[in-house]
Amino acid sequence: MGEQKIRVLVAKPGLDGHDRGAKVVARALRDAGMEVIYTGLRQTPEMIAESALQEDVDAVGLSILSGAHMVLVPRVLDLLRTNGQSNVCVFLGGIIPDEDVPQLLALGVSGVYGPGTSTDQIVNDVRRLAADRQAGA
Amino acid sequence: MDLAQEVLGGNRLALARLLTQVENGTPQGLAALEALYPHTGKAQRIGVTGPPGTGKSSLVNQLALHLRRSDSPRRVAILAVDPTSPFTGGAILGDRVRMRDLSGDPGVFIRSMASRGSLGGLAAATSGLAAVLDAAGFDVILIETVGAGQAEVDIARLAHTVLVVEAPGLGDDIQAIKAGILEIADILVINKADQPGVEATERALLGMLQLAHPSPHIFRDERRHHHLPDLEPVGQVSYLPETAAKKAALQVSAQFDDWIPPVQRTVAIEGQGIAELATQIEKHAAHLHSNGGWERREAARLQSELDELLQQALIARWRQETPAAHYEAVLERLTRRMLSPWQAVKELLEGDRL
Repeated sequence: MGEQKIRVLVAKPGLDGHDRGAKVVARALRDAGMEVIYTGLRQTPEMIAESALQEDVDAVGLSILSGAHMVLVPRVLDLLRTNGQSNVCVFLGGIIPDEDVPQLLALGVSGVYGPGTSTDQIVNDVRRLAADRQAGA
Repeated sequence: MDLAQEVLGGNRLALARLLTQVENGTPQGLAALEALYPHTGKAQRIGVTGPPGTGKSSLVNQLALHLRRSDSPRRVAILAVDPTSPFTGGAILGDRVRMRDLSGDPGVFIRSMASRGSLGGLAAATSGLAAVLDAAGFDVILIETVGAGQAEVDIARLAHTVLVVEAPGLGDDIQAIKAGILEIADILVINKADQPGVEATERALLGMLQLAHPSPHIFRDERRHHHLPDLEPVGQVSYLPETAAKKAALQVSAQFDDWIPPVQRTVAIEGQGIAELATQIEKHAAHLHSNGGWERREAARLQSELDELLQQALIARWRQETPAAHYEAVLERLTRRMLSPWQAVKELLEGDRL
């Protein structure tokens, strides 16, 4: 019967209103055959975690340009863990200073993709991590 | 504890995971559906369909809010279907963008679905997912189809009440008398009713309704052999021989034919007309309950689901029993025009196997 699809939530937490990058990534993942749940602007970490749970996604992509990533990202990771979704991979795009990257990766973020990253790289990474999750489920 | 038990116990993560299993048609998903089946049949399924951009998602958002804020709030599940790309198999599911008002409410569960190749406005698994949500105890299931044009009418089979959402400025009165999407409406909604042209749209829809002969909205599947006994319009039944079936049909149709779809104006983003729309939905549900229409819709839906499952099972069994080489050989003769497609079918079903 049916087939297993990779499901990805793409969300924009925080207060900046620029979702061009998020849309580019969403479109690239779609063109790679994934089902992308797009939630729009100004999502709170609670809203993101709730959507991730209801949609049973394999991955969550967060686009943050406001500089609030060191507050928002740990909160999202905590909520996913609380909800029993610690196996969902979380990746970041937007404007993230280099010096913050090691700490974000240590927190459990699977990848940080700044401006200029090829969408192929994001697609390949998501595909690999989602396959790991689905195999472990 | 297995997924089905956890879902019955109210575990939302288990519910989300089971929805994925059912959507993917996995053996675990099917087993859980079987276990949950006795717990289904309680939820009210409301379909929301109409052309792209008429505001279906915003309307669903407002309807759900209304149901949650009433004096006796009802638990609401939402299934929102968006199209799958026929080229890549991927999809952007964007209906949640309009439903942010509902976040944080444990009495609401929203699930986005991709159509995955189905052309009737829903996905093949939508009915299965609705059954899971029904068993999980949601009182109302709002089902939003893909943006639909004229032929995406599967929702008429699945829903108890179908809302067809139009907006001012889409098509004229000829569009309004074609068969298809308008015909399946139990309630017609003109959303964006603050836009210019709303009077013309309302006139076209009301004109269409005056031309229509009232008909029982039981989904009729033209691909099936075994229709449920048809409900003939009262005037025609008298030509049939006098039978018990005819008497029953007369009785039911006489009660059936008196629902005329109301036309309701709304401005979803401002919440206007939503309470009135909710009242219309309740009136329609009461109408179905009062005349046996509810049970008939359920029976028609279950029959068509049974037929579909039967088709899938028969073709799967046939594939198992038929050597691939035999199929290839027949196909080869078909493409060389040595066989017609009809002869090919006959040969594959009845002919000697290699």
